[in-house]
Amino acid sequence: MARKIKIRAKAKDGKAAVKFLMKHPMETGLRKDKKTGEKIPAHFITDVNVALNGTNVMTAYLGPGVSQDPYLSAEVMGASKGDTITVAWVDNMGEQASADARVK
Amino acid sequence: MTRRFFIRFLGVVAGIVLLPLRAFAARPGTAFDSTTTEDALTQLYGTSDTVETDRITIKAPDIAENGAIVPITVKFDIPDAEFVGIIAENNPAPLTAGFALSDHSGGLVSTRIKMSETSPVHAVIKAGDTVYRATKEVKVTIGGCGG
Repeated sequence: MARKIKIRAKAKDGKAAVKFLMKHPMETGLRKDKKTGEKIPAHFITDVNVALNGTNVMTAYLGPGVSQDPYLSAEVMGASKGDTITVAWVDNMGEQASADARVK
Repeated sequence: MTRRFFIRFLGVVAGIVLLPLRAFAARPGTAFDSTTTEDALTQLYGTSDTVETDRITIKAPDIAENGAIVPITVKFDIPDAEFVGIIAENNPAPLTAGFALSDHSGGLVSTRIKMSETSPVHAVIKAGDTVYRATKEVKVTIGGCGG
């Protein structure tokens, strides 16, 4: 099942502000199911790669302590209008998703 | 396709595949399993010695009403910064997120974290052989780690 990624990238003064929101439950493994009392297994994004025109410019490593539907933002230097920003993630269960967007 | 061109082409492909691997260290998995800030720092950077600095600014709420979503923005004026770690000291696993930077990284990273209780939040940045740290206390009224 592919999960959604929303990306906003806006160029200003030779750099781009890149913001993205990834749909993901980010279960810590500490929560219990209220009905059964059983622990809900940990399920969280581990690695997020951000690429500018196909070249990796940042890797974010997340733990289960990042909020549900992780929001990340960062500055990418040297990005200008029309460039492509790609965001790709992998989680601890091997699920993955990626999306790209043009810098505005 | 000439033989010479083909060999050059192979080199380019290999370069593209290998570059990200070389430029980015592997996920610091053990650091995420640490239960104390000192241990997380040691796993992450090989040392828990840090230098307090005002070159790092943490933007976070003084009081977080909902511990499930605490926005944290780290701004830094450290040109050779390589790695930014966000550590919520009193969380079951203090290291919440780490950002491996490159030459293309500017001076800002931001995310939203869960906080189980009121805690100092540290931003630790490795640059060369030095680990810089800035800290901000965040009060949490309702914990965000459920249970």
